[in-house]
Amino acid sequence: MQEADISILLIGILLKTTLQMATPLILTALGGMYSEKSGVVNIGLEGMMLMGAFAAVWATFLTGNPWIGLVAAALAGGLLASTHAIVSVKFKGNQIVSGTGIILFALGFTTLMLDAVWGVAGDTPEVTPLPKVQLPFLADIPIIGIVFSQLSPIIYLMFVLSILSWFVMYKTPFGLRLRAAGEDPSTLDTAGVNVEWVRFIGVVLSGCLAGLGGAYLSIGFTTRFRKGMTGGRGFVSLAALIFGNWAPLGVFLAGLLFGFLNGLPNIIQVLAQYNSDLAFLMNYIDLIAMIPFILVVIALAGIRKSRPPKGIGVPYEKEAAG
Amino acid sequence: MYAVELENISKTFSGGVQANRNITLRIKKGEVHGLLGENGAGKSTLMNVLYGLLQSDDGRIIVNGSEVRFNSPHDAIAQKIGMVHQHFKLIPTLTVAENVVLGMEPKSSKPTKSGLGTIVLLSAFSIILMGLFLPVEQALLGALILLLSVVILYHIFRMTNPSERLGLNRLGRLGFVLEQIGSIIATLSQNLMPIGYGDAIEKIKHIAEENGLDIDPMAKVEDISVGLQQRVEIIKTLYREADILILDEPTSVLTPQEVDELFVTLERFREAGKTIILITHKLREPMALCDRISVLRDGELVGTVEKAGTSPEELAQMMVGRLVVFRVEKTPAAPSDVVLDVKNLEVLDNRNLLTVKGISIQVRSGEILGIAGVQGNGQTELVEAIVGLRKLKSGSVRIAGDDITGASPRKVRAVGVSHIPEDRQKRGLVLGFTVEENLALGQQYLAPYAKGPLTLFLDLESIQNISQETIDNHSIKVLSSKSLASTLSGGNQQKVIVARELGTKPRLLIAAQPTRGLDVGATEFIHKELISMRDAGVAILLVSAELDEIQTLSDRIAVIFDGKIMAIRNPAETTPNELGLLMAGHESNLEEVSA
Repeated sequence: MQEADISILLIGILLKTTLQMATPLILTALGGMYSEKSGVVNIGLEGMMLMGAFAAVWATFLTGNPWIGLVAAALAGGLLASTHAIVSVKFKGNQIVSGTGIILFALGFTTLMLDAVWGVAGDTPEVTPLPKVQLPFLADIPIIGIVFSQLSPIIYLMFVLSILSWFVMYKTPFGLRLRAAGEDPSTLDTAGVNVEWVRFIGVVLSGCLAGLGGAYLSIGFTTRFRKGMTGGRGFVSLAALIFGNWAPLGVFLAGLLFGFLNGLPNIIQVLAQYNSDLAFLMNYIDLIAMIPFILVVIALAGIRKSRPPKGIGVPYEKEAAG
Repeated sequence: MYAVELENISKTFSGGVQANRNITLRIKKGEVHGLLGENGAGKSTLMNVLYGLLQSDDGRIIVNGSEVRFNSPHDAIAQKIGMVHQHFKLIPTLTVAENVVLGMEPKSSKPTKSGLGTIVLLSAFSIILMGLFLPVEQALLGALILLLSVVILYHIFRMTNPSERLGLNRLGRLGFVLEQIGSIIATLSQNLMPIGYGDAIEKIKHIAEENGLDIDPMAKVEDISVGLQQRVEIIKTLYREADILILDEPTSVLTPQEVDELFVTLERFREAGKTIILITHKLREPMALCDRISVLRDGELVGTVEKAGTSPEELAQMMVGRLVVFRVEKTPAAPSDVVLDVKNLEVLDNRNLLTVKGISIQVRSGEILGIAGVQGNGQTELVEAIVGLRKLKSGSVRIAGDDITGASPRKVRAVGVSHIPEDRQKRGLVLGFTVEENLALGQQYLAPYAKGPLTLFLDLESIQNISQETIDNHSIKVLSSKSLASTLSGGNQQKVIVARELGTKPRLLIAAQPTRGLDVGATEFIHKELISMRDAGVAILLVSAELDEIQTLSDRIAVIFDGKIMAIRNPAETTPNELGLLMAGHESNLEEVSA
């Protein structure tokens, strides 16, 4: 009886950790989808995430309201993305260079602001995080009750945005145009649609979503901003985007997988507490933490069937002789 | 009454190429107007200006009597101008219906399941959040606002122009602000309301029926034939209710039968009162279809003539600027030993589909075997497999007895195979290299191009000398042998490739689409070169999509369809009609299919 309870608890914690780890990845990868489906490579997701995480804490610090922090995160991510859009869509600059610039800028800017606002070098003081959601009617159901207890509202937002993204991408004119812009911009142009606008909006949306992903790290999962707190999650999101074949459902599932791998060390810690036979694993926890990333590389190398948008990475030039 | 008047149009590209020079062209309402000219004469540029894709530097556009300015195709579409491009503007991964509605998506007339589901989900999410985090009265207020916005959105969804319906323009300045907000909401809702594919498909079917353009709106574009894809392009313009239809080289990808069908369709459009502009570089087409024909040369209008008062000879002279001999002088072939012997070749394409399905051909020394077929029936893969650029699945390839099955391109070249690739800019040349570097490519490791121990070093001096000689012999127009290949015209680029490939004294020459996109002069030159190589005893495998070229040059014609050789014909004993049927896959039981 005791045994069964513990294993149910463990499964619950496992799923919950997966969900918590996956949320920032899925949000950011969904963002990346809007940009890359429209034909603009966005490796700056990492920077946009960091910016969102910082903006969320700063706005919450100033106003005392984490909801305003959440909105600020989306706006800050979108603003940073708009510079990427201007460089790579309007001025047809190199999208990789611009994305790298975004990452470096975000890293430098947030470090600078840490000092300017709080006078600290590493961690900000605590701010009010978003209140946790406790759905009353779910608490008594066995495993689900554990999974959905005290979750950040951003996690629910992630579910909504995943479904909404599917709807926007495949059911609306905007989605059709976005996909066309990424496959063959000249076709969209001849159909009488402004390619630059569509791509611009796609890139800005990607920044907004990445900002939300960052906000989850700072005011959803924790209560403060730490220098460089995204720790490569933007790049893992990019991997999830590719692994998920640039489609909302695929991105969602890939994000869950990578989230699970990301949360593996935490889960092992919990396991070791309950079962002393597994305690030796704690000695290798850093090694185990590395495994997911190796798996990511193997998965990406092994998946050959993923099909990127055809026009990705190529600025649209109207004036071509011939 | 003119449908379109183009006055003094000039267009110079950023690279300095002047594509249009002061062109004035008037097109009558309801006529079929041919726009004839060689490649690079500026036909497409002129029509892209008319379609709003390009903006002219100078000149005026007048449509139906009033002057217009087109900043993008959007404006041209609004003036009922439609264009079918030479390279189709279709997205292969989307369905026919999606491609047709792109840019003019209809709103669905009744709420769709996915749309309703999304609204319900969003509302439920908002209400739960508000219920959890707000006091009761605020939550109720929030729910009320939400309900209201859903109702308003639902109404906007059914309205065409919200500001008109609401009568906002009577309210002065406040009305203006509201109108702006309204238009933003309208744009948002137009872009985020579900597309009404049901209505769109109805309309497409209606258009298809009315014009005899049978099509399945739900098929994916990548799965349908090129002829059908063109149909989709035409339906696209009709869906946008175009009255003025521009067709850019519409026949270049079609079989002769499909061309006939297209002409029937165009005839029907003419009867329906539509104005048609037909861009072409072939003489047969405008003579068959057009009322008047305008000829462009080097970006300038040579003249406009009535069809009744002209002849193909006169048109050709206007096009080229001199008299043209249509026939290629050719003596009967004297084939001797078998050089190329391909047996049961099977090859996969890039998508891992079997594209060459068991082809066996032989080419003898001193003959030209022409492979006729619509593009995409396995020609590319066949050639690539022979020259070692593509792995083959099964079968064997022999050159004069030497087995080169699966050998590397260098080995294949070493046994005496030369290859004029179909994509001269991607496979034939390194555009960023100089002409002399390009001429040395492929033999750069051999004397006289290399020197020193193990011929490890390039002999730059000798490369330059040989190149200069080659340039002179083939009259390649280039400033110096050190000019970049990218600065040459298409014809001269092709001459560089031909000169290089013939310079190796090959036993077998594989020429894939050797004259594609070239002007009459360059085409003549390359045809003569091929004939003289044949007379010198070289075996030549000619792959071309131009039936005329195949018929004039070949000593035997093999027709390829769906990765198989349908038949082998003697050019003197066959007709374009029979070849066309074979190219479209109609079996012929007259002859054993092997050679």
